[in-house]
Order: sequence, then C-alpha cells, then structure tokens
Amino acid sequence: MSQHDHDAHSHGSVSSYVVGFVLSVILTVIPFWAVMTSAYDRATLFAIIVVTAVVQIVVHLKYFLHLNFTKEGKIDTLSFIFTAIVIVMVVALSIWIIYESVLMMMY
Amino acid sequence: MNLLGKLSWDAIPHDPIVLGTLAVVAVGGAALFVFMTLAKKWGWLWREWLTSVDHKRLGIMYIILALVMLVRGFADAIMMRTQLAVATNGSEGYLPPHHYDQIFTAHGVIMIIFMAMPFMIGLMNIIVPLQIGARDVAFPFLNNLSFWLAVSGALLVNISLGLGEFAMTGWVAYPPLSGLEFSPGTGVDYYIWALQISGIGTTLTGVNFLITVLKMRAPGMKLMDMPIFTWTCTWANVLIVASFPILTAALAMLTLDRYLDFHFFTNDLGGNSMMYINLFWAWGHPEVYILVLPAFGMFSEIVSTFSGKRLFGHKSMIYASGVISLLGFIVWLHHFFTMGSSANVNAFFGIMTMIIAIPTGVKLFNWLFTMYKGRIRMEVPMYWVIGFMITFSIGGMTGVLLAIPGADYVLHNSLFLIAHFHNTIIGGAVFGYLAGFAFWFPKAMGFHLDPKLGKVSFWCWFIGFFLAFMPLYVLGFMGMTRRLNHTDNPDWNVWLYIAALGAFVIAIGIGAFVLQLILGFKNKDKNLDKTGDPWNGHTLEWSLASPPQFYNFAKIPHVEDLDAFTDMKEKGTAYQRHASYEPIHMPSNTNAGPIMGLLATAMGFALIWHIWWLAGASFIGLIVAFICRAYASNTDYYVQPDEVARIENAHLDNVAKG
Repeated sequence: MSQHDHDAHSHGSVSSYVVGFVLSVILTVIPFWAVMTSAYDRATLFAIIVVTAVVQIVVHLKYFLHLNFTKEGKIDTLSFIFTAIVIVMVVALSIWIIYESVLMMMY
Repeated sequence: MNLLGKLSWDAIPHDPIVLGTLAVVAVGGAALFVFMTLAKKWGWLWREWLTSVDHKRLGIMYIILALVMLVRGFADAIMMRTQLAVATNGSEGYLPPHHYDQIFTAHGVIMIIFMAMPFMIGLMNIIVPLQIGARDVAFPFLNNLSFWLAVSGALLVNISLGLGEFAMTGWVAYPPLSGLEFSPGTGVDYYIWALQISGIGTTLTGVNFLITVLKMRAPGMKLMDMPIFTWTCTWANVLIVASFPILTAALAMLTLDRYLDFHFFTNDLGGNSMMYINLFWAWGHPEVYILVLPAFGMFSEIVSTFSGKRLFGHKSMIYASGVISLLGFIVWLHHFFTMGSSANVNAFFGIMTMIIAIPTGVKLFNWLFTMYKGRIRMEVPMYWVIGFMITFSIGGMTGVLLAIPGADYVLHNSLFLIAHFHNTIIGGAVFGYLAGFAFWFPKAMGFHLDPKLGKVSFWCWFIGFFLAFMPLYVLGFMGMTRRLNHTDNPDWNVWLYIAALGAFVIAIGIGAFVLQLILGFKNKDKNLDKTGDPWNGHTLEWSLASPPQFYNFAKIPHVEDLDAFTDMKEKGTAYQRHASYEPIHMPSNTNAGPIMGLLATAMGFALIWHIWWLAGASFIGLIVAFICRAYASNTDYYVQPDEVARIENAHLDNVAKG
C-alpha cells in the first residue's frame, strides 16, 4: 500500500506476531486439554471454554488486528468497540425478544 | 419476454381525485418547464446547483425537497382528516378504502423519510461544516450522491401516484400483509425501493458527517468544544450509521420474500413475521431520535443566542444527548408490547423507555436555566422554541404513559398513540426544523423574511396542532382505532370535526409560510443581511458573510472558546483584514451524482415493474458511472489569493458600513 498507510498504522513486528501466535496456541490448548482429561463437570468446562475464548479474541485484536489506544490507533479501536456494542445490543436483545415470544406461543 | 414487464395502460389510476392531482402536477410542471426554458436557466441550474458539491447548496436543495414533500404529505393529511369528518354515522365519505389506505401509508412514509429527514439533513449540511470551521464536508462528492439518492426515493414515491399504486400497509409495511400473498400489486415494491435507495443515501450521509467532525475541526476545537447543534447532529449520525443498515437488511429480506419466494417473514415454511417487526423497529425507534436530536440542538443554539447568554450546561447537553442516543437504541420493543413477548421483556423495554425522560428533562431544564435572567428577544425562532417546550412536554408525558405495558395494551393502535407521536414529532422535530429554518435562513440565503408572517405561521401551526391532535387523545380513550376509513359512532363526531378544523388551521400556517417565502424573494433587496451576523450569534457560521463565501473560511479560524465567535468579538479578533491569502483548495462540481441518482431511479422503477432488462442495464450503468467517477482526474481546483482577497474585502466593507 501507499507510504501514507505505513506512517499512520503500525503493522506489528515478527516478535509481536510470535507472541500473539504463542498466546493463541496456549489459549486453544487449555480448553482442549480440559475437555480431553474429563476431569471437570459440565459447568466448569463451559466456563473454561468461554473465558479462554474471550481472552483469545482480545489477543487476536491486539496482536493481529493491531487495535490499540495510541493517538493513531484510538479511532479504529473506538469504532470496533462501537460496532461490538451495537451488535451485542441489537442481536442479543432481538434473540431474547423472539425466543421469549416463541416460548409464549408454545403455552 | 414482455419488454415493459408488468407495466400497461391499466397502471394509470381511474380515481378522479388522483387524475385531478395529476392534471395539476402536469400543468404546474409544464409551466415550470416553459419558464425555465424561456429564461434560459437550465444550464445554470445544472452547473451551479444540481451538480454542486458545495455543502451549503446541497443543504438548500435538501430543504427544497423537504418543503415540496411537506406539501405533498400535508395534502394527504388534510384528505384523511376531511374524509374522517365526512364519513361519520355510517356514511362512506369520498375516499374509497383502496385509495384511503394508500394515503395513510404515503403520508407516513413521506413525512418521516422524505420531509423530516431531508429537512434535518439539509440544515445539518448547511450549518455543521460552518460551525466547526471547515471548508466542506469530508467527502463532497459523496454528499452530492447522498442527496440524489434521497431525490431518487422521493421520485419513486411520487411516480406511484400516477403509475400503479402505493403500499396499502401503513408506513411500517408489516408482513404477512406486505407479503406477496396479501399485497400482490406494485404498491409494496414502490415502498421497498423508495426506502431502500434513500436509506442508502442516508447511511452515506451519516458516515460523511461523522468523518467530517472527527477530522475537519478547526485548530483549537476539541471534540467537547464543538457547538451543541454540531454535537446533536453527531449523535444523530452515530445513530444513522448504527441503525440504517438494519432497515436495509430488513427491506432486503422482504424483497427476497416478494421477488424470489424466500420465507423469512411468511406464515408458512418456517418464516416468522415477528422478526420483521422486530428489525423494523430496531431501526424505527433510533430513527425518531435521529429526527429529534438535531432539533434539540437547534433549540439550544436559538435559546442561547436570543437570551444573550452562553448555553447553560453545554457538557451536560452533550452527555444527555449521548444517553438519549444509547437508550434510544434499546427501547424499540415498546412499539410492539402487544406482540406478546414475556412480561420480563416488556418490563425491561418499558423501564428503559421511561428512563429516556430523564436526560430529556435535563435538556428542558438546561433551556429554562439558559433563559433565566437572560435578555430574551422574542424573534420568530424563539416563538417556535417556546411553543416546542410546551407541546413537547405534553408529548413526552403521554409517551411515558404509553411506556407502561399495561396501559399500552389498552391504547395500542388507538388514536391516542397517533396523537402521542404527532405530539412529539411535530412538537419536537418539525417545530425544531421550522425554528432552525427561521434562525439560519438569513445566513443561508442572505436576506430576512417578514417576521410578521413568520409569527402568523407559528400561531397557526401551534393552535392548529392542539386543535388537530388533542381530540385524537380523547378519541383514543373513547376506543377509536387508527387507520379507520369510516365510522359509525355519534359520540366521536364532534371530536373528528374539531380535528379536521385543526388541520385547516395548520394549512393556513403553511400558507403563511409559503407567502413569507414568496414575499421574501420578491422584496429580497430591501431586506439584505449585509453583516452576516443578524442575531448577534455565538458560533463560527455567523463570522461569515450571508450567504457564506463559497469557500467558507478565507483563513481557517483558531478556536479558543466554546462560543468561538462571541469570544472573537470580545477580543476584537473578529472581522480581521488580512494582507495576503493562501490559495484555497476546492472540490469541483460533478455530473456523477445526478447521473447516478437518475440511474438508481430507473433501476428502482424497473425492479418495481419487473422490467428486467432495464433493471440490469441501469445497474451496470450505476457501476460504470461510479468507476468513471473514481478514475476522474479533474476533481479539484484552487481559488487564487486575489479572488479571495476581493471577496473578503467586499464582505468586510459591508460589515464596516453596518
């Protein structure tokens, strides 16, 4: 891409990509291992998977999508958060609304 | 294959009322055409206006579109009110159901999408770049394209008057009624493509103005220092960007249902019409806040200017608008409490709805505190502000009442609801736009309008509003539901007569407004605004000439205070004569916008009538036009310093003369 893009955004270094990759592998292995050992009950297992998944999303955003709170990167991060909030609000509330109305229809 | 799709001679309606309207439109159009040709104004119109990328001219064209559509939408309104006043005691009135149903649908669509939205976007276009000290918006061509997409949608709605029919579904077009099974005609297709095309234009406008305020503020102006009108527009744009794609998606799914036999919203084969209702209002509720937030911003500017004081609680206004935007996004279910979701769902959305009254109350008190101990000048814009404060408070209270799910089960789809939302949209948004119109008219056009006629217009609107809509609250409590074609209940008659009378009083208000414009243009030279600052304004738009120089600011100002222009006047840095100017980089006008708008209209029309070859051809044309524009090289030019100096000196001489 153009010179301008290079100045405006950092595209990461080899080391930051390696850190991101290693963290992602660790965060994938943990839930995988938890399921394979069958040492936990369903609720704990579920919690482990969800927590590691969410942490991994954050890792991806930071190391691969380069979202940060520097002066140049702030606007990208804010628009991402904005999009996420809107989607969570509209999708989550819509699912709740339709799910409950379908339940009511079943009475 | 039929080259004309479903189009045939049968498409022309036989209703005498429609034919009469068409005749009037044809005569008026022909007269306009002859006048323009004789005056040799076509080239001028095309070069200076239709292809313009100047945000001020686009704003003026948006407002012209809004006023034309206001007349069209109001004609629908007065027909409905007279029909209901005539069609009592079992009489059928003069509008058959087939026509009446189209009228109430067209009235809703036109007033929201093609009157209120263009009016709001027009005022935003003219004022926001001026208030933040910018020379144009971030993407001037995109701005022109957005306008033409709005015109394209408006054209489709108006074509439906003479060819085929409009939707008979109400402005919400709920399936299964709007599905192919129950609406086999072209009406719903007109609705879909008009909203789809103009909706995309609105999304682009939202993106454009968000980037503008983020990237193009004058040096020294931090985000929290932006004038309140710019801030409320920014919140509205956040809502546009977040909510209009939902409308686009919902309409796209309805289109697939109607054109390609999908089953998103059908009753059978796994469809669920409630999902359309849900998506429609997930857009529809933010939409009403998109309309009203900029109006709140206009009231704020006007109250502050005409009280001669700084706005009380600038920061709290910004936060209150933000809270309203956020809450406005999570209350949409209150439009369908009666759909029968669970009590928990209804309680959540009911409470969220009531909470919106709090930030709105904050605003109202901020306006009152701004006026407190101010030197209030009762000019026309102030009349609208005070009329708004009274009217909107009533509308807000009936809204909180309707937010109680139990009460809503009683009042749902009654005239009480109709009265409520007209109370907030007319009393809030429309009064706001008319206030903003009166306030910024001298800035945009360079001359004053007759204040006497302005006040006549205000009083007619204000009194007419109460006459037309307070009876509807009563009728709602008496059990009259919306969208009735004729009634048979003697108890209702007197209220229906009063409501019809109110509509005629509003008609006088609109007449006074039109007369004000006609006389204004006629006596233009006697009422010129030479200083550019007729109201002793606070913000940067008043530091320019009226109408503003086409490049806005000869030198980009440095902003040091919330009320940037007041600050400059106090420090004596306003109206500075500069020894030399830099060349100013400006965007050139472009044919691409109107051409793409026309192609979009042709594509919409072809899709409505199933003229597939034309739809394909105009779609390819759209893509080609866009690519040509993307590769065009001659898109900008420089204004030379001597021309800037000449224009600036002429303005400063005028200011010095007073």
